[in-house]
Amino acid sequence: MTTPPNAPPQRNIDIKPATPVVAPEPVSAPVADTEPIAIRAQGLDSWYGRVQALKGISLEIPKCRVTALIGPSGCGKSTFLRWINRMNDPIPGARASGTLTLHGDDLLSRSLDVVELRRRVGMVFQKPNPFTKSIYDNVAFGPRLHRSFRRADLDELVENSLRAAALWDEVKDRLKSSALGLSGGQQQRLCIARAIAVGPEVLLMDEPCSALDPKSTASIEQLIRELETSYTIVIVTHNMQQAARVSDRTAFFFEGTLVECGSTDRIFTNPANKQTEDYVSGRFG
Amino acid sequence: MHSLGARAQSTTRTRTPGEIVAAATPTSQVGRRIVDRTFLGVCIAFTALAVLLLVILLVSIWQDGHARLSWQFLSAFASRKTEEAGVRAPLWGSIWVCVICAVAALPIGVGTAIYLEEFSKRSRFRSFIQLNIANLAGVPSIVYGILGLTAFARAFGTANSEDPITFGQPESFFYLQLPFGHGVLAGGLTLMLVVLPIVIVSSQEALRTVPGSLRTAALALGATQWQTTWNITLPASIPMIMTGGILAMSRAIGEAAPILVLGVPLFIRSTPTNLMSDFTVLPLQIYNWSMRQQSGFHELAAAGIIVLLAVLLTLNAFAVIIRHRLQRANG
Repeated sequence: MTTPPNAPPQRNIDIKPATPVVAPEPVSAPVADTEPIAIRAQGLDSWYGRVQALKGISLEIPKCRVTALIGPSGCGKSTFLRWINRMNDPIPGARASGTLTLHGDDLLSRSLDVVELRRRVGMVFQKPNPFTKSIYDNVAFGPRLHRSFRRADLDELVENSLRAAALWDEVKDRLKSSALGLSGGQQQRLCIARAIAVGPEVLLMDEPCSALDPKSTASIEQLIRELETSYTIVIVTHNMQQAARVSDRTAFFFEGTLVECGSTDRIFTNPANKQTEDYVSGRFG
Repeated sequence: MHSLGARAQSTTRTRTPGEIVAAATPTSQVGRRIVDRTFLGVCIAFTALAVLLLVILLVSIWQDGHARLSWQFLSAFASRKTEEAGVRAPLWGSIWVCVICAVAALPIGVGTAIYLEEFSKRSRFRSFIQLNIANLAGVPSIVYGILGLTAFARAFGTANSEDPITFGQPESFFYLQLPFGHGVLAGGLTLMLVVLPIVIVSSQEALRTVPGSLRTAALALGATQWQTTWNITLPASIPMIMTGGILAMSRAIGEAAPILVLGVPLFIRSTPTNLMSDFTVLPLQIYNWSMRQQSGFHELAAAGIIVLLAVLLTLNAFAVIIRHRLQRANG
């Protein structure tokens, strides 16, 4: 969460702040029947203590596609993202109800093995956060947690993960040197390689480029497009252009509700909802 | 907010911040500068005083004691003849109890810190423990001496101190008895009680310096809480934990009161051979000598202080070196 969920409403939209915002009927275009669904939310509510952060979110996220979550700060998009790998668990007072499934597995179940879930659902954070270890050990850290590898297999895994994150050529000669010596963009790609190395099905990205310069941003965006063929990607972004460039589907969140969801082309060129139109055209937010 | 708004409306025109500042009475520039200078002067004077006191202390001790410093002083036992007396027994006694103290206090202290910082949820229980540890850090060490006497030397009176239960032969290194009596084990564990709050608090502070983003990163890769702590948090905080631990040890090695309360013999002509051996420690020997009438013993006390300070400075130097080494290794 970048700001508290109870952030004041934006000025330029024509809803009166005094009256509670009634959730408009979400204009959520269903995913085409032929596309397999990876993540499905139905009536997902979430609270931090007494503050409700998500209000009845129903959303389908297709497999091996990039889905962008957009909306102003505090709208609940990060909260939603963090329920998918249960990273909200350590936050005191965080709870959720409703349905959230990954390939049919209930993600909100108490009996869910969170450790195994996080192996299936990787996450990349806003600020690059490599461990104070070598580049090699950063990538090998995750796999070693879950399995024991023969040396050659681990080497291969590290190389392939770094290749998948388009970082191999830049670091292959200094795998043993500290990851903190890399540039910000390289560190973020290392974090992606680290997430890939445990063999996830889903990659969650929480504003992965907001701490990076335009050139690094471009390389991450290109990478996201390449990873799409193998991974279901959900990306939270504040950058409209980025959402338009990298995603196949876009979901617009506002004050804890899902306002509109559909193909990125339609959301950006022909949104059904006035609020969505204002937001994507930069009139507020 | 209301009064501010009202005032803005009552005036005919809204003044800019610059105009309001210009209209206000200026404070005395000279006065501010004098206060600034005076404060700096007072700070320098106090610092100089502290350094001066330390120098006077060191110089006077050196003058009293340096003539007695010799290999013989380090290798001889205590004696009624001042020219033959040495610190062999208390020096070895200090080393034994300090090692026992470290072996006992570090795992317990660091373990407690890890539990409190990494595992426990925010709860009344945790606040209660935290408050207690903070208070224990301020408890006078003689109180710990009495606890050590009750718990370790006498085992809460559950066993007969006069006729202890023994394991093994008294000559053996592995000899044990219950209760421990006033051997080095009881001494080391008593000092553990003294330093435990310090070790816990400094380890907690060390763990808190590790950025939360690293823990989050490990958890998001599917690490358990323990894997995160063992592989990420602990390695990153080890330099600070070691520094705190060694400083705690130098506190332990300087303690006389808790050891005195245990009832150790004041005159001893042997070094420890096992955990039950009688012992004395440097601060106690120094205390003993300085209570004597003859000036020869006062010189011995001064020489003993020099040895104790040398041990302390060596320990502190180790702390600095370890911190530097590990910080470089961590990149």
